[in-house]
Amino acid sequence: MSKSTLTRRGVLKSGAVAGAGLALPTYLAAGSHAGYTNAPTGSTVTLGFNVPQTGPYADEGADELRAFQLAVEHLNGGGDGGMMNTFSSKTLDGTGILGKKVEFVTGDTQTKSDAARASARSMIEKDGAVMISGGSSSGVAVAVQALCQEAGVIFMAGLTHSNDTTGKDKKANGFRHFFNSYMSGAALAPILANNYGTDRKAYHLTADYNWGYTTEEAVRTSTEAMGWETVAAVKTPLTQTDFSSYIAPVLQSGADVLVLNHYGGNMVNSLTNAVQFGLRDKLVNNKNFEIVVPLYSRLMAKGAGANVKGIYGSTNWHWSLQDEGSKAFVRSFGEKYGFPPSQAAHTCYVQTLLYADACNRAGTFNPCGVAEALEGFEFDGMGNGKTLYRAEDHQCFKDVLVVRGKENPTSEFDLLEIVEVTPVDQVTYDASIFGGELGSCNPGA
Amino acid sequence: MFGLEKKDWNLLLFVAALVALAPFILNPFPENSAMAQFNAGYPDLMQRFVIFGIFAIGFNILFGLTGYLSFGHAAFLGVGSYAAIWMMKLLTMNVIPAIILSVIVAGIFSVLVGYVTLRRSGIYFSILTLAFAQMSYSLAYSVLTPITGGETGLQPKVSDPRILDGAIADGTIPKANLFGLEMGASFDLSIAGWVFTFNAGYYIAAIVMLASFYLAIRIFRSPFGLMMRAVKSNQQRMNYTGLNTKPYTLAAFVISGMYAGLAGGLMVAMDTQAGPERMFWTASGEVVLMTILGGAGTLIGPVLGAGVIKYMENILSKINSDILHGWFAFMPDGMEDFTVAILYPFIGKGWHLTLGILFMLVVIFLPGGLVEGGQRIRALFGRGKAEDKPSTEPAE
Amino acid sequence: MEAIILQILNGLDKGSAYALIALGLTLIFGTLGVVNFAHGALFMIGAFCAVTLSRILTLSHTIVDETRTDFLGNPLKVEVPYVHDIFGVSTGDVIIDWAVPLSILFAIPVMIAIGIIMERGLIKHFYKRPHADQILVTFGLAIVLQEIIKYYFGANPIPTPAPDAFKGSFDFGQALGFDPNLIIYPYWRIVYFAFAMIIIGAVFAFLQFTTFGMVVRAGMADRETVQLLGINIDRRFTLMFGMAAAVAGLAGVMYTPINSPNYHMGMDFLVLSFVVVVVGGMGSLPGAVLAGFLLGVLESFASMREVLAVLPGLNQIIIYLVAIVILLTRPRGLMGRKGVMEE
Repeated sequence: MSKSTLTRRGVLKSGAVAGAGLALPTYLAAGSHAGYTNAPTGSTVTLGFNVPQTGPYADEGADELRAFQLAVEHLNGGGDGGMMNTFSSKTLDGTGILGKKVEFVTGDTQTKSDAARASARSMIEKDGAVMISGGSSSGVAVAVQALCQEAGVIFMAGLTHSNDTTGKDKKANGFRHFFNSYMSGAALAPILANNYGTDRKAYHLTADYNWGYTTEEAVRTSTEAMGWETVAAVKTPLTQTDFSSYIAPVLQSGADVLVLNHYGGNMVNSLTNAVQFGLRDKLVNNKNFEIVVPLYSRLMAKGAGANVKGIYGSTNWHWSLQDEGSKAFVRSFGEKYGFPPSQAAHTCYVQTLLYADACNRAGTFNPCGVAEALEGFEFDGMGNGKTLYRAEDHQCFKDVLVVRGKENPTSEFDLLEIVEVTPVDQVTYDASIFGGELGSCNPGA
Repeated sequence: MFGLEKKDWNLLLFVAALVALAPFILNPFPENSAMAQFNAGYPDLMQRFVIFGIFAIGFNILFGLTGYLSFGHAAFLGVGSYAAIWMMKLLTMNVIPAIILSVIVAGIFSVLVGYVTLRRSGIYFSILTLAFAQMSYSLAYSVLTPITGGETGLQPKVSDPRILDGAIADGTIPKANLFGLEMGASFDLSIAGWVFTFNAGYYIAAIVMLASFYLAIRIFRSPFGLMMRAVKSNQQRMNYTGLNTKPYTLAAFVISGMYAGLAGGLMVAMDTQAGPERMFWTASGEVVLMTILGGAGTLIGPVLGAGVIKYMENILSKINSDILHGWFAFMPDGMEDFTVAILYPFIGKGWHLTLGILFMLVVIFLPGGLVEGGQRIRALFGRGKAEDKPSTEPAE
Repeated sequence: MEAIILQILNGLDKGSAYALIALGLTLIFGTLGVVNFAHGALFMIGAFCAVTLSRILTLSHTIVDETRTDFLGNPLKVEVPYVHDIFGVSTGDVIIDWAVPLSILFAIPVMIAIGIIMERGLIKHFYKRPHADQILVTFGLAIVLQEIIKYYFGANPIPTPAPDAFKGSFDFGQALGFDPNLIIYPYWRIVYFAFAMIIIGAVFAFLQFTTFGMVVRAGMADRETVQLLGINIDRRFTLMFGMAAAVAGLAGVMYTPINSPNYHMGMDFLVLSFVVVVVGGMGSLPGAVLAGFLLGVLESFASMREVLAVLPGLNQIIIYLVAIVILLTRPRGLMGRKGVMEE
């Protein structure tokens, strides 16, 4: 028996024949020489992709996983390289990260904080992952981010839109590329004012949990600044499936715009119900009644079918963007899987490349080094124009897309059209407004 | 010994040995072998095994003994978690006060819920407990957000008061500990290709679990336990004999609620996070499934059931198609793809399917749960004595 | 006033969905004494019958349109449904448009078959087993069924719209003399309510006025005696299970335009429908229907913003609160019999 002075990787090298050819995880543990958790010492590095594989967001999770697989393929020199060719930083050359071949493990978050943490811990403790990425809800992102901070690995958030992730719950080891509620509000309001006028009465239906609150707040503040009036805001239970009793009274209130602060299944159902009530055919205050969905996702738009036509919302990225980065990504994703990627896939792909590049630039996998390389990093060619990873809150600042449900889709993927690319300046805010403290990076060990 | 009969003492020793040697037993495969995927000997999962073991043991005290099927037990686990995390935020990161408070708070909450719900029996009782749990979940998720953190739950933060703890060094974060021994501290033992991890948190949870198990044996064997079984077999007769059964059932309910609270407190101690979905009805359903799967009314059954379900959730769900292809790479191409295609729906994202099939198979063929399966195997090899484990009759 | 009328309408509509599911659940429990946790899954499979039929109707072959391009810049492949080839474009579109109502015809035999297979293959082995075993095995079955659906249809909701003729909403307010647009209700939801009424009426009439129904009712009351009379009650109970499955399935088919179906919609309804059944009183068919409407109406009232302003969060817990109050004041629910499921 020996006190653990050997790393698990060391054991691997000395103890046994390396299982060549087997795509199997290799073990690492905290407490190694390198001074940080799960320091890779062999010829490979393991990343952990934690996505919802069961539950309502399973399809979104599956798309995230496809993007991760694509990213790993590109990092290891396979495929056509995708966005590595358009990325403004040129450290990625298809030889993995820092010369180590990239391997990955996957887990199921079930879109539950507990399950997501269990799965992330298993990747860190059992499989030796140095970075965790993925996820499809803010609750999970905040929970896993806190875990990664504690364990001393980097967390590259997947799809999470709540202000909290890089606001009051921000952590030094966590980074978010996706946009947030505040940006949605700031990007949407001017477009709404242009199209629907500044004299509007809005009725909010809000999912009764953190993300719903921040989104309602953001849209409300920014539309009120444009001159809109908020008639009422009603909270709806997350588990609600039939929204009729919330939508029926909308017309009685004298409102002429309905804002649905819902996501996922909630959004599909509330929008379907609202359209069913014929709200959009009504004339209120001599104006056409309108519906707004602050956060759009193409996968969810598909669930709502024809009901999304003409409805405004915001999105992080859309495959119909015509910049070089987006085109390259859509091409390699489309050729591999036969359909265009979702915004969830995009953000996960980009996060993986950004992490890899940061490691290369830092010359280490040490979370503190990686975090330093990412903080204040400016880049381009990843689909959203010039982007800044702000050092104060680890939030990416980039252009935000305002989209509208397409009237005449040419395919089942062609559901949204880009109305405007809101420039980054318009959605930038002061890092301190949401409170919270970043703390300092934790390398673990 | 310790007031136990020899048979029970042996069982306790057996469980203690299992728990103590778990890092070996759960890591049967060398690090870099293809089978390493099935190793479960890492701290997080081992901790979960014993924590859910405690939860299921407690649930079994109510369900296995009295026959009252609570469908809202996760609420007590959730309430215990919130109590523990607040203790850590406000008082100290030492796990002792957190765990004690979680048991107390869950106990108080279960007195309240039990007092109301035990006025009814059978499915009416089940629905009442379900209603309380669902209300707790819904409120914790939404209007109680200031106390519960809502969807994102609660985690310790650097800025928390922690009035008993000294200031933490810059760059570090508060970690759950037992008088300085961090729950995450591990020690690795490597022998040839194997690596075994001994985790402080796991052993602390394991000791608590053994104590709970011991207590459960004592309760099962006590006059109180006998009374409970009498309630289960015929409550009406008990009432006719002039005995008021309610204090007994309430006591069982509260004890079992406190076990759930203990599990919740330990969960926070091992992984400092509390969130509302712990109280969702599926979480309550999960402990019912663990208990029945393992064998309701038996001592060891619930622990086994908890182990099986958590193992599937954590190990099976991580096998992806790449790994499958890796395993079957030795086969000719067509056959490899075929094998993978056959297996793929059952692993990774399909692990729910396997779980559902397992439930059905166990209930159809082993009404007494896994414990009955074990007994049948022993009988098959002729070593099993007829009355080996106590009270394996299926629950009603 | 308008708000209250509106919420009563809403409540009746919601209630009709609850009542339909609870009715099927009670049929199974009342006749067979089995607690069927897979009932929500049957509702979900019904909904996917509609999805399947609309998939069959829109079964297409592709033609390549050189003038347009897809997202990768290749020539666009246009899907042409076979129905267009057979019936011509306009008739074909009408058929596709009416997929959901047509699914009723498709779903009835499918659901009865599934019900009978389920009963013969699995449930019949559990008549003598404890309720806990029944719950576990049917819950396992529910998971298996929904995972199979997920495997083939994915996790995302699938839009299945109502026929164009039922789009938009009817202005009740105007008909009653209020201002326009105050009390409007979608046509399809009115159809759903009427449909639920017909099904509920049909089930009651069937049990009340047919010999078959009489025997089944007698069997519900006293199974042994009916068997002693030389009647093969088992076969009838099997058919009743098929019928209950069909009721759940039809409720699912008609529900698809209201909410896009997804694989877990059954689980979403499961807990709720059990609460409805228990509040109504285990084994009581009128109780199940009554409780369905009662909970539907109360849930609608609790979601009014005037109510929420006073009691925030009430909409989250109303169903459970009502269940607790009713069960504490009426020990066996609204219309439950003594001794059922109380052991």
